[in-house]
Amino acid sequence: MTNEHSLHGPLEDPAADAGHVGHPPRVGFFTDTSVCIGCKACEVACKTWNDVPEDGLDLLGMSYDNTGMLGASSWRHVAFVEQERPLGRQDPGLAALPTGPSVTGVQQDVVAEGMRHAERGGAQLGTGPVDVGFPSFELPGASTGAEGRTDFRWLMSSDVCKHCTHAGCLDVCPTGALFRTEFSTVVVQQDICNGCGYCVSGCPYGVIDRRPDDGRAWKCTLCYDRLRGGLEPACAKACPTDSIQFGPLDELRERADRRLEQLHGAGVAEARLYGRDPEDGVGGDGAFFLLLDEPEVYGLPPDPVVPTRDLPRMWKYAGVAASALLAAAAAVFVGGGKR
Amino acid sequence: MGSNMAEAHPVGFQWVMEAKARGARVIHIDPRFTRTSALADQHVTLRAGTDIAFLGGVIHHILSHDLDFREYVRAYTNASFLLSEDFRDTEDLDGLFSGYDPHTASYDSSSWAYESVQQEEGRPGDREKEHSAPFKHGASGPAVAGGAGEIACDPDLEHPRCVFQVLKRHFSRYTPEMVERICGVPQEAFLEVCRAWTANSGRERTTALVYSVGWTQHSVGAQYIRAGAIVQLLLGNIGRPGGGIYALRGHASIQGSTDIPTLYNLLPGYLPMPDVTHDGLAAYLESVAPRHEKGFWGHADAYTVSLLKEYWGEAATAENDYCFDHMPRINGDHGTYRTVMDMVEGDKVFGYFVLGQNPAVGSAHGRLQRLGMANLDWVVVRDLTMIESATFWKDAPEIETGEIVTERCRTEVFFFPAASHVEKSGTFTQTQRMLQWRDQAVEPPGDARSELWFFYHLGRKLKERLAGSTDERDRPLLDLAWDYRVEGDEPDAADVLRRINGVDLTTGRAVDGYTELKADGSTACGCWIYSGVYADEVNQARRRKPRFEQGPYDAEWGWTWPLNRRVLYNRASADPEGRPWSERKALVWWDEDKGEWTGHDIPDFEKDKPPSYRPPEGASGPEGLRGDDAFIMMSDGKAWLFAPSGLLDGPLPTHYEPHESPARNLLYGQQGSPVRKVYGRADNPSNPSPPEAHGEVFPYVFTASRLTEHHTAGGMSRQLPYLSELQPELTVEVSPELAAERGLVHLDWAHVITSRSAVDARVLVTDRMAPLRVDGRTVHQVWMPYHWGHTGLVSGDVVNDLIGVVADPNVLIQESKVLTCDVRPGRRPRGPALLEYVREYRERAGITPRTGTRIATAGDDPGPPHMEPGPPEESP
Repeated sequence: MTNEHSLHGPLEDPAADAGHVGHPPRVGFFTDTSVCIGCKACEVACKTWNDVPEDGLDLLGMSYDNTGMLGASSWRHVAFVEQERPLGRQDPGLAALPTGPSVTGVQQDVVAEGMRHAERGGAQLGTGPVDVGFPSFELPGASTGAEGRTDFRWLMSSDVCKHCTHAGCLDVCPTGALFRTEFSTVVVQQDICNGCGYCVSGCPYGVIDRRPDDGRAWKCTLCYDRLRGGLEPACAKACPTDSIQFGPLDELRERADRRLEQLHGAGVAEARLYGRDPEDGVGGDGAFFLLLDEPEVYGLPPDPVVPTRDLPRMWKYAGVAASALLAAAAAVFVGGGKR
Repeated sequence: MGSNMAEAHPVGFQWVMEAKARGARVIHIDPRFTRTSALADQHVTLRAGTDIAFLGGVIHHILSHDLDFREYVRAYTNASFLLSEDFRDTEDLDGLFSGYDPHTASYDSSSWAYESVQQEEGRPGDREKEHSAPFKHGASGPAVAGGAGEIACDPDLEHPRCVFQVLKRHFSRYTPEMVERICGVPQEAFLEVCRAWTANSGRERTTALVYSVGWTQHSVGAQYIRAGAIVQLLLGNIGRPGGGIYALRGHASIQGSTDIPTLYNLLPGYLPMPDVTHDGLAAYLESVAPRHEKGFWGHADAYTVSLLKEYWGEAATAENDYCFDHMPRINGDHGTYRTVMDMVEGDKVFGYFVLGQNPAVGSAHGRLQRLGMANLDWVVVRDLTMIESATFWKDAPEIETGEIVTERCRTEVFFFPAASHVEKSGTFTQTQRMLQWRDQAVEPPGDARSELWFFYHLGRKLKERLAGSTDERDRPLLDLAWDYRVEGDEPDAADVLRRINGVDLTTGRAVDGYTELKADGSTACGCWIYSGVYADEVNQARRRKPRFEQGPYDAEWGWTWPLNRRVLYNRASADPEGRPWSERKALVWWDEDKGEWTGHDIPDFEKDKPPSYRPPEGASGPEGLRGDDAFIMMSDGKAWLFAPSGLLDGPLPTHYEPHESPARNLLYGQQGSPVRKVYGRADNPSNPSPPEAHGEVFPYVFTASRLTEHHTAGGMSRQLPYLSELQPELTVEVSPELAAERGLVHLDWAHVITSRSAVDARVLVTDRMAPLRVDGRTVHQVWMPYHWGHTGLVSGDVVNDLIGVVADPNVLIQESKVLTCDVRPGRRPRGPALLEYVREYRERAGITPRTGTRIATAGDDPGPPHMEPGPPEESP
């Protein structure tokens, strides 16, 4: 064991931990959702560069989101969240209009029903609308007025593989298809993957998934080929408002902290960073986010934990159990010897 | 306003987001909450088609609270000029200006002149309307007869006939209460906008105004922009950094296609197309730039002669008026919609070139477009893929209804695959008038070729075919110079750009700018305003110096017309004495020591003309401009709060209801624009509007626009899987309130109906749409994107089939941003039953071809209905 944090907790240098020597600094994404305009250029750029296939011409009715979730053929996913809640000091222009009740709840129910039937290769957690309570919580008294809606916000956020410090997918991969690159990102080698699907259940975000037609697991590579060529990933390159920022993770974290401070100063009290903290359940994300509300609002798990966090404890229990078994077996033999 | 910038111009919107990050407040005023609103500080929900009432309210707020930038207004606008005693305002005539003739539905604008300026006698407004005359003035000011002389004025702005006071009176009833009743905007929201706009304008601060086709596509579209310009001028926001009016264009290089136009009434550089009254070059030039007029149009002779030299080269000589008589003459309305109607009638138009356009889907009244194209001898379509305008003869919706029968459709379609923008070299001219060169990245596939290739070889072959002809009508083609450099078989785009820039024929060198052009035939220039783009024999449009390596105005990135000036009329960023209004907002200024204008931008003013310059008696052209006449293209050197000539629908913007509206005009007896262009004919019916009866059959306000995920008529997006999957189906967005009223269910089918047609769409019920309270009534608005047609990976009904043809008289643009409709759950009838269904709607609403054509609703004489020739009473 090279490092006490190899399985969970803060880890200064995942690439070194994986055995890279003289490697470049860890890079990642900082996705600032407060400036995302929902243009989906990231989705298109990703698919174009990485030759990811079209995966369904279906109208989902989830606001302008017709991608639905991250998956084997959607490595970027822009979520659109319509809610009857205010955004900072924004004036949505509804005051004094002859409005009735909000429809966002109805919209979500229709979408949830539709998504239940969506074809998936195994991924569930964090992508299904069922478990995470996709923005269904309503603060008491949030809608003022007798029955008319006066508040509204439309949140947009481009989601992607988090390239975790402790990547559940990688840790459970039995073939070595998933590996940690010199940039500390996590990539599937398609020619090695045998489609066992362990990684799908190993991902705490529900990101990686298998393609129904070929069975292999696919996800964002953080444009490994572009990185090796000295280029930034396609999505970040295409993003017109710099909502998706690419760079050395240390710089991105500093930039994110400054931006958060700025937004708090501007009255957006609920703004927060997600995946920024090296102390969290995955040791911090290589791709982290500035969100304008709780992660659940965006369909993100509030407290993701890498499955391997429990590994030492499990081994300990397993060790205890094994010892006990051994002891029992020995006792049998010892007892038997007396016969 | 009138713009969904984040969705339709996402790349430009990055600068809005950057400004916001630096503390700018972003306000979005739009009928619905869009992706732009989502990122704005404030969204104001407005009834579509009422922007002038809103802006008039802002003007009223500014003037009634003395919030204008008075020194700027006095120095640089025509606020102080006195108007003729004959002028009558809409306040006097119940919504009409003086000079109205209900029989021709046009104005004689002679009473709108300045007091001391004699006007030409009774100009025939109806003929100008046919020609869409004001557009021919393009970026220039139209002529003010005698403008170079001293115009009577009151510098104190107190004379009752001075423009300032006339403006004040004109908008005196545009109060916050009235804005609320007309626009449905609650007073508090309206006043919040007024406060923000005025507080952020003046010496130290400036506000920018952005609009797009949400403003232009109205029967009063030109006046929307006038209203915005008046606000910005009163607040001193023109010609200054951070100010201005940003006209976001509808497509890549649409700016280029008006600069070097594809329009029937313009020549390159906004020179007007000659009409039948111009019997020679001299007569033409006198109409473009009268000799006694101020400003840079005074050199129009040099621009025109150089253009003729570029067209006809050696053949153009002083003796033959530089081949001026080779130019075609216009004699009426030859605009898009007139032409399509002529196609339907079948005896005037025989062939049609469709390039980079998909009228079967993308133009208003799609049905009329398709029926017109199905009635031609031939159509040439050049596009990336087989678009609906190339396949209408076999898969138009009219096949289903039996109106087009493939076997009997006589139109022969020639389809030419086109090279995309990465497969050819050339320039785009964007919204900021900036030309940016792009190099060819890859060879076009198969038979695909560039536009340049197509037209060059078409011209070459036509000349070959006509060689030896002695017919006079073939002379213009035979005399064409057509001598561009060719590499392989591809014309060299850089050479064409150089010729557009202009060449000194005595030295053979590219000229450095339009000031070097001559009227004696010694220079040739394809477009005078682009002159300078090849200065020093360098393709200036190809410059790509990173912004980190140059000043804040990026003068070495691309090239902006005119003469690489980034901010038009930037002389106004300095006070009359030539000092910046404030250090914070300094842009250009007069350097007394050097005796020249200098600054961060290239001065939009004669470099060595001091602020104190006063023209000598009788000076005209640029020499006639004073040292503080900042608006150098205007014939009086001033920005026009009041337009004494040049507009066909009035000297001041006035709130008129749209052609199809659920509401009576609350301000005047005159309901809609009294000079809007209507085409009363059986195949172009209108929904009734007050004071006509039965408007309740079409109770909802309809508006249409774009989604980020698709490109206009879909030719560049519905064929691509990665874009199609992002917005796979045509939808109709409705509020929860309207959904409840009509029984519409999220994601179920519904159809939208007008007197033209009915189209199917999936329902999106969303809080982003909200009802309005308009004069005590609840008004619902309905929105649809218009990208779908019948070919491609994803298909759907053509939304433009819902829209009829009614036009702004100034520029003949259609009113496609606001109409009335009904919405019903479930799918529309198919086949011939659709025609019957729409006919029943018309019957219920009492619609005949006359509906909506009696456009004068104020005054004693309503005038006749304005019908197209033909059997008028036949039911559509």
